[in-house]
Amino acid sequence: MTPLMKSWAPPLALLALAIALSFLMPFNLAFLTRILIMVVLVLSLDLVLGYAGIATLGQAAMYGAGAYAAGLFAIHVWADPLAGLMIGAVAGSILAFVSGLVLMRTQGLTLIMLTIAVAAICHEIANKARDITGGADGLRGIHMEPVLGMFAFDFVGTTGFWYALAVVVVIFVFVALITRAPFGLSLRGIHESPDRMAAIGVSVYWRRVTAYTVGGAIAGVAGALSAQITQLVSLESFSFTLSAEALIMLILGGTGRLYGAVLGTLIFMFVHHWAAANDPFNWLFVIGAMVLAVVFFLPKGIISASAGLARLIKGARHAGS
Amino acid sequence: MQGLEVRGLTKRFGGLTVAEDIDFDLGPGDRKALIGPNGAGKSTFSNLVTGILTPTAGSVRFDGRDIGGLNEAQRVRLGIAKTFQITTLFQDLTVRENLRLPILERERRGYRFFRAADGNAQTEAEVRDLMDQFDLGPLADSKVANLAYGQQRLVELALTLALKPRVLILDEPAAGVPSSETHLIDDAIERLPADLAVLIIEHDMDLVFRVARRIVVLVQGRILTEGTPEEIAADAKVRELYLGGSHD
Repeated sequence: MTPLMKSWAPPLALLALAIALSFLMPFNLAFLTRILIMVVLVLSLDLVLGYAGIATLGQAAMYGAGAYAAGLFAIHVWADPLAGLMIGAVAGSILAFVSGLVLMRTQGLTLIMLTIAVAAICHEIANKARDITGGADGLRGIHMEPVLGMFAFDFVGTTGFWYALAVVVVIFVFVALITRAPFGLSLRGIHESPDRMAAIGVSVYWRRVTAYTVGGAIAGVAGALSAQITQLVSLESFSFTLSAEALIMLILGGTGRLYGAVLGTLIFMFVHHWAAANDPFNWLFVIGAMVLAVVFFLPKGIISASAGLARLIKGARHAGS
Repeated sequence: MQGLEVRGLTKRFGGLTVAEDIDFDLGPGDRKALIGPNGAGKSTFSNLVTGILTPTAGSVRFDGRDIGGLNEAQRVRLGIAKTFQITTLFQDLTVRENLRLPILERERRGYRFFRAADGNAQTEAEVRDLMDQFDLGPLADSKVANLAYGQQRLVELALTLALKPRVLILDEPAAGVPSSETHLIDDAIERLPADLAVLIIEHDMDLVFRVARRIVVLVQGRILTEGTPEEIAADAKVRELYLGGSHD
């Protein structure tokens, strides 16, 4: 395989998988769309946590900000989907930048606690500001115009699915470019050794604030996408559960690997879907067992299993010859 | 004046004085060594010069400019670089990536979002030159974590040189390197650019006497004496210090 084919084959395979699933599960498009939205959120977390090493359990803060901003924008200003995505990105990045100015001065456990606190504060503000956000009832009355003026959102969710898929492709390419660029390399450097990065003349603080802001913008897009497609923003957008689930998906798949983020989300969502249908009370047990298995046997995530398998098969062949 | 000019540098931690009234110059082409027993304040001195610590009193000038208000990263960008005593390399990155990073940052390209990090021919040529200079070519795509310790020290040196510094502080460049590999470090230091100002902080007297042209002896945060290797070797105070020190 040529290097070019090698780099294009996995994303095309994923795209083919998404399209195949849409034909295999035509009555579950809403579920598939939900997966796509989560992929965007987990990609943002991968950039922040997987690449830059910023420990966070509050990525939902930016997701929620994007969701409410896009929802309010659609209701009061303009119901164009793409403009709404922009608004979501701007809202997510502003919240990430402003909170990041404080958060990025801290590290480790302190940082984790503070990221949780930021999301909790946002949750409380959205809860209290009933007149604007609808409070615990959620933000209702979002009616989007057709995408690009051509594709109206339909009852089955066909438009929603393709729209979300297109956004996932754009975001994936965006994050892939960033992580291959000098900026991405510097984030990996900060993850590995912040002291050394300072010693080669880098302001680690500002680099981390930038990464957190870009990650916030992407999380904001995920939130906006959710608001537009489900036509509802609930307080759950800011919930700790959402942040934690995104983290579990990323750990399952493998941090610092874009395909890890996608794979982890797919696996988590499907396991959740089936396990919860079979046993609504104990489905978390299955997820818990999977996380334990991954942490013990595949510390680099399920995405590393293929490389491990390849080595195993190679080794077996050598042993056989 | 060109290079580093340190005057009256003093650092106290509470009642403990770890650097006291140090005067020190380092100009282009200098090869100076800073020696002294454990706890003499050698590392403190290098941290004061590189901006990791702030002095209690005294001044640090570079090319005549007071750099006391600059932090570590800003001083690195001016051209004052330092290798670490304990390796803090990017363990999970390859040798090539470890050398690419400082070059990109030196050229202020760290905020580029959409150009491949390995896409610049000039940068890649520079990475290759550095690897050739330190015989790291065959290890280019190995992760640093998988390298022998002596090789890691070479990557450390190459990485710091990639910043094209004008003042280079080598903090125990041979620490932890097995004696079979120390010649690698020696050779590397000998091949440093002639106009580079080099300060070596080292325990290993053999290495110091091989590469330094002037030696500064630091004891309890004060400069005891300064001279050529011959003068230092003949100095009664220094001999007493080192021979006496080995008894307790």
